[in-house]
Amino acid sequence: MQIDLRTVTIEPQRHAYDHLEQRFGAKPASRYQEASYDIQAVENLHYRPTWDPEQQLYDPDLSRVRMRDWYAIKDPRQFYYSSYTLTRARQQDTAEANFAFVESRGLSALMPGELTAQVLALLMPLRHAAWGANQNNTLICGYGFGTTFTQPCMFQAMDQLGIAQYLSRLGLLLGDPESLGAGKRAWMVDATWQPLRHYTEDTMALRDPVEVFVAQNLVLDGLLYPLVYEHLVDDVLSARGASCVAMLTQFMSEWGSETRKWIDAVTKTLAAESADNRAALCDWIDRWLPRAALAVLPIVAIVLGDQAQSAVEDQMTDFAGRLGKAGVTR
Amino acid sequence: MDMKVQKAKLGLKEKYRLMTRDLGWTPSYQPHEKLYPYAAYEGIVIHDWDKWEDPFRLTMDAYWKYQAEKDRKFYAIIDAHAQNNGHLNITDARYLSALKIFLQAISPGEYCAHKGFARAGREFPGVGTQVACQMQSIDELRHAQTQIHALSSYNRYYDGFHAFIQMRDRMWYNSVPRSFFDDAMTGGPFEFMVAIGFSFEYVLTNLLFVPFMSGAAYNGDMATVTFGFSAQSDEARHMTLGLECIKFILEQDPANLPIVQRWLDKWFWRGLRLLSLVGTMMDYMLPKRVMSWAEAWEIYAEDNGSALFKDLARYGIRPPKGWKDAAKARDHISHQFMLAFYQWSFGTAFHGWIPSEADLDWLSSKYPETFDRHYRPRWDYFKKLADAGTQFRNVGLAKLCQCCQMPCVFTEPDDPTLLCHRERVIDGHRYHFCSDHCREIVEHEPEKYVQAWMPMNQLFQGTSGGGGIENWMRWVNLVDGKDNGDFVGSRDQRNFAAWRGMATSNNGT
Repeated sequence: MQIDLRTVTIEPQRHAYDHLEQRFGAKPASRYQEASYDIQAVENLHYRPTWDPEQQLYDPDLSRVRMRDWYAIKDPRQFYYSSYTLTRARQQDTAEANFAFVESRGLSALMPGELTAQVLALLMPLRHAAWGANQNNTLICGYGFGTTFTQPCMFQAMDQLGIAQYLSRLGLLLGDPESLGAGKRAWMVDATWQPLRHYTEDTMALRDPVEVFVAQNLVLDGLLYPLVYEHLVDDVLSARGASCVAMLTQFMSEWGSETRKWIDAVTKTLAAESADNRAALCDWIDRWLPRAALAVLPIVAIVLGDQAQSAVEDQMTDFAGRLGKAGVTR
Repeated sequence: MDMKVQKAKLGLKEKYRLMTRDLGWTPSYQPHEKLYPYAAYEGIVIHDWDKWEDPFRLTMDAYWKYQAEKDRKFYAIIDAHAQNNGHLNITDARYLSALKIFLQAISPGEYCAHKGFARAGREFPGVGTQVACQMQSIDELRHAQTQIHALSSYNRYYDGFHAFIQMRDRMWYNSVPRSFFDDAMTGGPFEFMVAIGFSFEYVLTNLLFVPFMSGAAYNGDMATVTFGFSAQSDEARHMTLGLECIKFILEQDPANLPIVQRWLDKWFWRGLRLLSLVGTMMDYMLPKRVMSWAEAWEIYAEDNGSALFKDLARYGIRPPKGWKDAAKARDHISHQFMLAFYQWSFGTAFHGWIPSEADLDWLSSKYPETFDRHYRPRWDYFKKLADAGTQFRNVGLAKLCQCCQMPCVFTEPDDPTLLCHRERVIDGHRYHFCSDHCREIVEHEPEKYVQAWMPMNQLFQGTSGGGGIENWMRWVNLVDGKDNGDFVGSRDQRNFAAWRGMATSNNGT
């Protein structure tokens, strides 16, 4: 038998804020909806930016992609500040436990020196790649149009900063500050890393927020994360005896697959809008994907040597499948 | 067997350096100015971004953990508040007017700050500064969202909340905060930082948050108290960032001083005008009052501000130009503004009212120099008209200041009996100002301020819904007879009384 405690029952005057009733009908709105829809100003903007008077303060025309309603884009994770932060805090608990486990048992010291060196050679320069991704996502949030598109990019930016920091901790645990220094030198001068740094700097010079989204989140991270964290760390290096490294990068593997769902959903919505949008997406993919593949190849080769080519090709096939599902076809 | 090798412990500062500013690098495939195109045009000279002192050393792991703890508590209280009809615990439904103004005017400003700090977090060429700005950006998003969530349950029961989104862009008095934030965001990254990070967050935010949240606590509003307290620890970080930033800019090059001083003059004055909304709320809209606007101004602006500007004097900074006029206006602005709101209450999405005798007595005691002499007689006169059934209505439209967009209702700094009015012809058009300071701001950047969207001018031009008050009301989503007008006889007043009766007695269940 269910017993309901009785409180005073008062009939509400309305279910939700007007703009949400207009979008979703006269019913209570979710916290995601309240937090996300229409909360960026759209009209009667007062002044043109002094930093670029050609632009409007919030300007959908910064992108070649056009949307009748930018709020058609949504985040399947329904992340707003609170749900995002709570999710990451839970993952951080796990990461903390993993770091503590590896550290307290001295697991990293049990790895052969050569293997440790390889892990550091692979992962330390990626601190800087993550910082580049932070910069790019911060730009999308700052200049993109519509909160359902831009707020997850701020989360993505903070996540990339978090990833750069996890990698730094990993480097300090497996090595010392000099390991981080060596990684930075490699990022700056080693031939292995120059295509990726070049790619990163070129994307940081872009100003179309959706092109940045495509070049960074869809294309580059679409190859880099599955290859480095899921394939190299979780499979190859673990099998060679570096399974403790997989514990330390668990966040990145999980995060990669979680964020891909969001990135695919955004891409799919953009592509479904119009043939012009699909053409823009395809142009950008044509422009960035070959470069991204060339940039990740020498990185994968750090671990796989001659077999890197086929690993990248496999990943390209997977990636083409993702694009197909997202409806990005000419 | 213990293979662990004891490693040298890194200092906190060094560790944080590796976690943040060491992540950046000097680009070589793209010219620096291509990646940071807006860093130089304001004229601020930065020689060495590494001299930036991190105001707080917070890594993302700690950030997620602390913020999640705060958010868990916040939403638990909000849920309980909604479930238990927490809105019936407020002292009186008049209090809701303050919340309506907050949601329409301030929460959208939080979102502007989110967006603006995201831009600053990308445009500043120093990693330390970028990280601090990014954290503030995501915090500001939090504030906008927690406010919208906390006030959502009020919206289900009371009028005036439902259209805050449309009103943000269209309601005449909301062009005061909108133009304030638009102004800051259309400035460059350094001006934005001085405007929002320093002038607003550091110099003025206590005036907004402390009285507002104390007011909420005094008036039984758990939902608002909760978002206020929950935001406070974020605010402490933001204030530290604002102060660090201004010191950093001033230390980098002496050429920065005159630019920063002008920004301080400007943003102090713009902030003061914006906060007169808060003053009005404190003096008139809280059924149970914490302190008067004048008292808050004395503590949070005059006392704290004097100490701050004494501290900044070693950089050559003097108190803002409008400082003295602000002190002179302290005992006047809330009354002048509430009297204006009362006359125009047909066009506001909150209720106005004539203060009760007890409230007028309180105001007399808090403003002994000014209230009985200048303002009480006007309220008495309005009351006489209202009692006679001929309530005073100003059906003319307010003349707005081209800078702050307040109606020109303020008086001369040295003569409270004379309306302050300045004007200036720019390119053949005549523009109006509420004060010397607002006029000066516009004269410095006339090409910017002539662009302002002036709601009253637009209404006259028939662009706001097609001309006429009825069309205008439809255009701003203002429901005539419900959202607007006098509190006495309003639906909010009736409903609150009836529901509270149900909750506290056996009537009407």
